[in-house]
Amino acid sequence: MTATTDLDVREGVDRETVEAVQNMGSYKYGWDTEIEMEYAPKGVNEDIVRLISKKNNEPEWMTEWRLEAYRRWVTMTEPKWAMLNYPEIDYQDLYYYARPKSMEEKPKSLDEVDPKLLATYEKLGIPLREQMILAGVEGAEAAPAEGRRVAVDAVFDSVSVGTTFKDELAKAGVIFCSISEAIREHPELVKKYLGSVVPQSDNYFATLNSAVFSDGSFVYIPEGVRCPMELSTYFRINAENTGQFERTLIIADKGSYVSYLEGCTAPKRDTNQLHAAVVEIVILEDAEVKYSTVQNWFPGDEDGKGGIYNFVTKRADCREARAKVMWTQVETGSAITWKYPSCILRGEESQGEFYSIAIANNWQQADTGTKMIHLGKNTRSRIVSKGISAGQAQNTYRGLVTMHPRATNSRNYTQCDSLLIGDKCGAHTVPYIEVKNSSSRVEHEATTSKVDDDQLFYCRSRGMDEEEAVALVVNGFCREVLQALPMEFAMEAQSLVAISLEGSVG
Amino acid sequence: MSEIAVKTKAQQTPQVTGAPKAVTALDDRLAAMSLPQGGFSAPARAEALSRLRVMGLPGPRDEYWRYTDPRLFNVPGPQPLPFDAKAPESPLFAQRDTLTLVFVDGAFDASSSDELALEGIEITTLAHADAAGDHWAAGLYGALEAAGQQPVKRPFAALNSAAAADGVLIRVTGTPSKPVHVLHRRAADAADAVWHHVIRLEEGAELTFLESGMVGARSNAVIEVDLAQGAKLHHITAKRAIDPKVGLSHLFARVAEGAVLKSFSLAVNGTHMRHEAVIDMAGDDAVAHVAAAVLGDGATGRFHHDDTVFITHGAERGESRQVFKKVLKNGATGVFQGKILVKQGAQKTDGYQISQALLLDEASQFLAKPELEIYADDVKCSHGSTTGAIDEHALFYLRSRGVPMDRAIVFLVLSFLADALEEVEDEGLRAEINERLEEWLTSHA
Repeated sequence: MTATTDLDVREGVDRETVEAVQNMGSYKYGWDTEIEMEYAPKGVNEDIVRLISKKNNEPEWMTEWRLEAYRRWVTMTEPKWAMLNYPEIDYQDLYYYARPKSMEEKPKSLDEVDPKLLATYEKLGIPLREQMILAGVEGAEAAPAEGRRVAVDAVFDSVSVGTTFKDELAKAGVIFCSISEAIREHPELVKKYLGSVVPQSDNYFATLNSAVFSDGSFVYIPEGVRCPMELSTYFRINAENTGQFERTLIIADKGSYVSYLEGCTAPKRDTNQLHAAVVEIVILEDAEVKYSTVQNWFPGDEDGKGGIYNFVTKRADCREARAKVMWTQVETGSAITWKYPSCILRGEESQGEFYSIAIANNWQQADTGTKMIHLGKNTRSRIVSKGISAGQAQNTYRGLVTMHPRATNSRNYTQCDSLLIGDKCGAHTVPYIEVKNSSSRVEHEATTSKVDDDQLFYCRSRGMDEEEAVALVVNGFCREVLQALPMEFAMEAQSLVAISLEGSVG
Repeated sequence: MSEIAVKTKAQQTPQVTGAPKAVTALDDRLAAMSLPQGGFSAPARAEALSRLRVMGLPGPRDEYWRYTDPRLFNVPGPQPLPFDAKAPESPLFAQRDTLTLVFVDGAFDASSSDELALEGIEITTLAHADAAGDHWAAGLYGALEAAGQQPVKRPFAALNSAAAADGVLIRVTGTPSKPVHVLHRRAADAADAVWHHVIRLEEGAELTFLESGMVGARSNAVIEVDLAQGAKLHHITAKRAIDPKVGLSHLFARVAEGAVLKSFSLAVNGTHMRHEAVIDMAGDDAVAHVAAAVLGDGATGRFHHDDTVFITHGAERGESRQVFKKVLKNGATGVFQGKILVKQGAQKTDGYQISQALLLDEASQFLAKPELEIYADDVKCSHGSTTGAIDEHALFYLRSRGVPMDRAIVFLVLSFLADALEEVEDEGLRAEINERLEEWLTSHA
């Protein structure tokens, strides 16, 4: 922020926006780390599933759970209903497990840590203090903390390299660790909740994930605890031809609160890479979970070469009364996005919110939205979706709002706005609205328009170039969603909006 | 034993999968009908039949049939649905001076109809034209239906083109002095009526086309509308309220430059109904408005009504408007699937769509899928969809002014439907429909 104080900030113009516009550049995270990796053989079969399970030192029940999912997966077919067009994925031509060789034995001190791994996190902009911990140095947690207070779990290809602030969180009773660790150390919690929101057989990609997920994060917030800091997971795909399958499980016990952030990046490569994650959230009575994502996987180049195929299943189950979940997502990356963070509003008076910005530029295709499943009485949901298409991209909002007969006196409000930049892209809206009782009220509105000429003209007359002006107008268009993000994420997201649209004008 | 039985079954499956199940059902369906032979429409019918064979009949898992079970349309024959021909309901549009054509169970009844002569209009029936040989409709019959099979399959429309026994063929060159009115009557309890109208309006021509009466126990109707430059068609369909029926209808329209299509339908009861409108905005500055007022009371039997609309903007400055209002009670189900597709280059398109349901009790439901698919940037497209109960505040206001509960509900329902009714341009017709709505609401209070 201090860097912007000497900026000539015009009246009525957001300081952050100006900063964002100034920072415009192409995909910043496209480099890769040359690091010695250990791979499982290419392809997926029962042996690979067993191998992944073994690498994670999992108990027998977990191996069986995975195998059950795998056996189900081979009988399933890939869903084709989304408005996405991509070549057949050869599921046998991928590595399902990759980890830095140096992670085989957990390093004891900073000197032992692979400097390349350290440099990776430094380059990704994660502060040095944390970096020490992220690299998996035992005892680093004890060093005095400084700067921002966000606990991080970092996943590098198939493994979690470290989780910060574990001790401090443990004092509050919060469990924050990698899911592989949770399976070993908290089997009772994992057994109880894993697959209870997204069952093994849920859908093609989730089932594949259930079989081969290698790591991910686990969070348990005990009854009545307000998590003392924000939790975050940082996903980095580095290895080539590798699929990343992470699994996140968050449990918010009665009356608890947690804000969770997720970030992701990947190197620039010519080939497409597969990412199929599952996030499950269980929210009990009076608890609240905020889940924010800034998805910035490599989107492919200007010609549509490369990029991540992102097939994600995210679901929150408001299991008991007055549970509350808020999904906020900024989807700027990935060549293909297939993602519908959903809310099951089972508990009476439970609430679900979904705020989304999806930006598709160049040849990106995004099919994303949410499901609000109202099962309990007096439940409430709100959907605000902002889709921006530019270049040759296709952007689809797909959503479901269903009011069960028992979900009396419930409310939903949905607003989907699409913005088109250029005449070669597409913006689509596919909402499903199912209302099965009369005391509930459902409202849906959607608009599609282009960047307003008057607004552009105004910015241009104030001396902005066209690209800056578009970025400013688009940031205004996204405002409602940006405001729903935690402060630091909001700033990152705002600059991402500008970066993602680079080259879309003129 | 059971293991052997399973094996035998498995061995048999490959032979069965060679021919998809739907085709078998389709064969049964076709065998139960008599397909007309010869005449000007023969080549179009043959093509429609081969289209249908490729498509097969829809299954309940078909995305396009997500909310309406197609099985009642798939079965070879309808359930007999007895009706009361003397039921005390006066036909709509009876007081108007119209050129009336009477159809009985989907077949033209010349003896009850007016003489088919009116200035500025060329009119005949499908069966009659087929018997006579060459006809102007040869290039149109089945053509708009065929074009409307992309990107969504509509097998029952192809079935209709192949099998329709009768219908009316209208070509308008001027502005006829009165509307054309098709009045339907029923005769048999198990009539499976299939009819197909073709309406062509030449440059600058205008027509008001009305439909009313009782349709068969099951009906399958197709109307193909071709509007040349600057032509204007006003279409109003209002079928008799009290009959149980299973019905499907398709409106396929091509709207040329500056032409205007306005189609309004009133649907009151009906056991299992689906109405599809497929509109191609082919010329610049084309205008199309489709609207419906639907009232369903599940107390007198099952009520399921589906409106499915697909509007394609392929030219510039097109204006389309969809206004659908449904009032549902006693377990009635309303469905709306609407889509606006704006193709690349169809700049300055103005597309609007609203679907609203008023649920008068806990048992009724509304299922909607309002879609936008847009490939042009300089457009103004929006849709809205709302579902809810009667506004308590409005009701309280009326009650506090001394309006009895029943009347207050009638007022509020009528005001809810007003936007759809606005799409009926002719004030006289609008008033007549409004009166009919009020009558129904009062008797179903």
